[in-house]
Amino acid sequence: MAHWLFTEEHELVRKTVRNWVEKEIKPYVEEWENAGEFPRELFARAGELGFLGLTYPEEYGGSGEDYLAGAVFFEEMARCGSAGVAAGLGASMAIAGPQIYKFGSEELKNRFLPPTISGKKIGALAITEPNAGSDVASIQTTARNMGDHYLVNGSKIFITNGVRADYVVTAVKTDPAAGHKGISLLVIEKGTPGFTVAKKLDKLGWNTSDTGELVFEDCRVPGENLVGRENMGFYYIMQNFAWERLVMALEAVASAQLAIDVAAEYARQRVQFGRPLSKFQVTRHKLADMASLVETARCLTYHALSLYVSGRDAVTEVAMAKLYACEIANRVTDEAVQIHGGYGYMMEYPVQRFWRDARIGTIGGGTSDIMKQVIAGRLIK
Amino acid sequence: MKIAVLVKQTFDTEAKIILDVNGKISSSGVSLIMNPYDEFAVEEGLRIKEKEGGEVTVISVGGQQAQDALRQALAMGADKAVLVDQGEAELDEYATATILAKAISDLEYDLILGGFRAIDDGSAQVAGRVAEILNIPVVNVVTGLEIEGGKAVATRETESGSEVLEVPLPAVITAQKGLNEPRYPSMKGIMKAKKKPMDKKTLADLGLDDGKISAKVKALSFSLPEPRKAGKVIPGEAAEAARELARLLREEAKVI
Repeated sequence: MAHWLFTEEHELVRKTVRNWVEKEIKPYVEEWENAGEFPRELFARAGELGFLGLTYPEEYGGSGEDYLAGAVFFEEMARCGSAGVAAGLGASMAIAGPQIYKFGSEELKNRFLPPTISGKKIGALAITEPNAGSDVASIQTTARNMGDHYLVNGSKIFITNGVRADYVVTAVKTDPAAGHKGISLLVIEKGTPGFTVAKKLDKLGWNTSDTGELVFEDCRVPGENLVGRENMGFYYIMQNFAWERLVMALEAVASAQLAIDVAAEYARQRVQFGRPLSKFQVTRHKLADMASLVETARCLTYHALSLYVSGRDAVTEVAMAKLYACEIANRVTDEAVQIHGGYGYMMEYPVQRFWRDARIGTIGGGTSDIMKQVIAGRLIK
Repeated sequence: MKIAVLVKQTFDTEAKIILDVNGKISSSGVSLIMNPYDEFAVEEGLRIKEKEGGEVTVISVGGQQAQDALRQALAMGADKAVLVDQGEAELDEYATATILAKAISDLEYDLILGGFRAIDDGSAQVAGRVAEILNIPVVNVVTGLEIEGGKAVATRETESGSEVLEVPLPAVITAQKGLNEPRYPSMKGIMKAKKKPMDKKTLADLGLDDGKISAKVKALSFSLPEPRKAGKVIPGEAAEAARELARLLREEAKVI
């Protein structure tokens, strides 16, 4: 039964994405996992079908700024069982694109949004550095204002889509002495002299998405590639965190649900001591606990989503949803592996991947610890 | 070219069929989809429209939930929809075809498309009956269709090959798998589907009543297939096991 939050249109979006995932993604997931990335053409296919434009207005090629439709897209993407696919598409559509859409000049929007929405160009957002993770204000990549251009020096790490992105929205220090008040965002295009991809990183999970380490050495970036105003970057980043965190919470819930479905099916088939595991109270109760955790996370996430789409202050609830959903996704996928026993530990069964993919949830997009900081900050004035 | 497409909302192919306490098929909690064969018909209608110009109207008989199938067709690109709510009337193929034919006769049409059968009851009768009532030709299980100069040239698979038939328009053509690959509804199309006209009618609006469509066929009872029995594993050395298997196939299963 559809949740009250979603309309008939959203349910039709859901059906369409589900159908697409079933036909054009699920059959290839193993192949892409082994290749270490999904094909670049998937961006163009998702763009052609309109999925990458769900949260953008029609003037840039979208179908209307509908975050509920975007939420449905990410929930259904998670059902493919390889979280890297949604991570790659999402890094371009939901993380890099919104910075330009919400804060960029009309010229930047016209240059970068239509190709992002059609999937012809891939975007990435680069904030994290080898020495700056949760402490965003401490980034060391600098951009010297040279009048008509910036000279960028520094490096970025753990950048989703970093290896094959056509453009990278990059957080730089334009005023190194000013802490978080000295950060700006620059759009740096692939092929700009001085911008190189140092390497593609090997990860525990999210293996269908590429993750890169980027290096800037006297990289000349045109002045018009500045997003919004100089030294406002920190605030821009913080503003879109709400959507990114909601997407992560939605994906965590959907992935945990998938783990339950797979574990329940396995429990029905696996016979030990003369009975299917699903007949043992210990397994039944385990599954009931898992389902209750996921349902709680789903309700909290939908609540945060409903606040977000209504334009109300959702910072606390979004942080709670991201914290809780990602934490329980670790627990639930871990229990799903446990129900599978020895087979759960084998690469042949996809449940190990759900467990590996879930692990990033409490680290990326703001760690669980940072979520608690955010919540406590609102709680204790 | 005015094209009418007959559409039915059916159970999802993945749906688990259960019987309720009265022995009827229970629809609670079952997700519904557009009958896949009707999806081929909608796609074909849209392709003809894109080539020849014109208008595609999708028509269904059913309650509130049949709207979803119509909206999907509108989101794919159909121009308008007609939904006839049969109310409490029990439907069989005769009744459904009578209603559809009446609804279509209120429209202008050059071509009527539909799936050759629905995946739920699988009777494969409705489109043919509609053609009969409207007194126009019908070609069934079509896998290729060309429209040229007021005629339809349809290819259909037969047991030993295929045949190509020509019929004057208007005609009813029913779609078989292979006719085309249906498109996904576009996201913009979905957001706009509600703005497209959906004409909701009752039997009375069509000048029909329960008496005129009273079903000629009544389902007496439903039963589910026997659950599959567990397989048998024959232990032992290969040669001996093979001998035992041959014996069981001959004496127990009686298949060789």
